[in-house]
Amino acid sequence: MTEIKSHPVDGLLRTDRMPHIWCPGCGVGTSVNCFTRAIEKLEMDLDKLHVVSGIGCTGRVAGYINVDSFHTTHGRALAFATGLSLSRPDSKVVVYSGDGDIAAIGGNHLIHAARRNVDMTVICVNNYTYGMTGGQVTPTTPDKALASTTPFGNFEHTFNIPNLVAASGGTYVARWTVFHVRQLTRAMVSALKHPGFSFIEVLSPCPTLYMRRNKLGAAVNLMEYFKESAVIENGADTRTVALNEGKTVLGEFVNVRLPTLRESYEERMKEALGEKFVPYEGSK
Amino acid sequence: MANNNESTPGDKRKGTVVINEDRCKGCTYCVRYCPTGALEMSVRLNHKGYTLPELAHPEKCNGCDMCGMYCPDFAIYGRRLNSREE
Repeated sequence: MTEIKSHPVDGLLRTDRMPHIWCPGCGVGTSVNCFTRAIEKLEMDLDKLHVVSGIGCTGRVAGYINVDSFHTTHGRALAFATGLSLSRPDSKVVVYSGDGDIAAIGGNHLIHAARRNVDMTVICVNNYTYGMTGGQVTPTTPDKALASTTPFGNFEHTFNIPNLVAASGGTYVARWTVFHVRQLTRAMVSALKHPGFSFIEVLSPCPTLYMRRNKLGAAVNLMEYFKESAVIENGADTRTVALNEGKTVLGEFVNVRLPTLRESYEERMKEALGEKFVPYEGSK
Repeated sequence: MANNNESTPGDKRKGTVVINEDRCKGCTYCVRYCPTGALEMSVRLNHKGYTLPELAHPEKCNGCDMCGMYCPDFAIYGRRLNSREE
C-alpha cells in the first residue's frame, strides 16, 4: 500500500529522526504531540519560537521539534533560556524537560526563574524517575517506590512541584497528565500566550524504568490510573495538590499577570536613569 | 490492497485512519482510547517486531483523530471523509 503517510504535525517535527528513541507507551511522545498541536492552534511564527531542553528522555524533545532549539547541559535549560528570553524579547522561549532535569538538578534555576518571572514557558514532564540514566530516584519519586538507587523503597519526602513554582512566584501554574490530551493542549495554548513565567507539570508513565521495576504493569495501566484518580480543581490552593495515592489533582492552579523580569528592569532603569536609558531592542 | 483512504461515490464511511507502520511501537493507546472502538490490535508485525493496530471496523471510524492525539510515536491519525462542510 503506497499512500501518503505524512502525519498532520510532521511539519513541526524533524522527521528524519523518526522513529524517536522513546519507549513504547512513553508519555513524552504524547505530550510533544499536544505541544505541536498547541503551536499549530496558535499559528506561531516558527522563527520566533525556541525550544530549550536539558538532559534526559524529555531532554530529547529539543532534537525532535523542527524549530531553533538547544540541548543544554543537565539542569541548565532554564539558565540558558533566561539569557535567550532576555536577548530575544520578541521570541517565545519554551523549556521542555523532565522532572529530574528541572526540579532536581536544575532546582535552583527553577525557583529563581519563577521568582524573577522570566518570560518563558516551562513544560516539565514528570515520569517519577530519571529515565535515560537508569531509573534513579528523583525528588518526585513516590513514597516506598523502588528505584535503582533505592532498592528497599524510597524514603524521602517528595516535591509538590506546582506548589514549589507557585510559592517561588510563577505566574501561571498548571498540572495535567498525558491522558488528558485535550486539556493539556489547551493549557499549553494558555501557557504560550501567558506573559511571564508559565509552568505546566505533565504527569507521564515511564513503562520501562519506573513501572516495570515497581510492577505496575504496562503504560496503559498508569493511564487508567490517571483517568480514575483525576480530580480537576482549577484554582486549587497549590499546598493541597500534592500527589497522593488514589488522588491526582489537576487543573490550572495559578494564572495572574505580574511584571516580567524585562518589564521590571525597564521600569526601574527608566526611573533611575530617565532619558539616558535606552531599552534593549534585542539582537538582530 | 485497495486504497481505503479516499472516499468514492456511495461510500458511507465518515472517516478513516492512516497508519505509518514504520513508526508504530505497538503501545495500544490508539486502540484503547478510540471513542468508537473502531481500532483493534492485529497480529501483524512491523519491521522492528512491534505489533500493529488495524482499522478493524471501518464503518465505526468517524475520523475524530483521537488516536492521532494520543499516539506517542506520530504513527497514526484520523481524517474525516464525506464531510458535509467540505
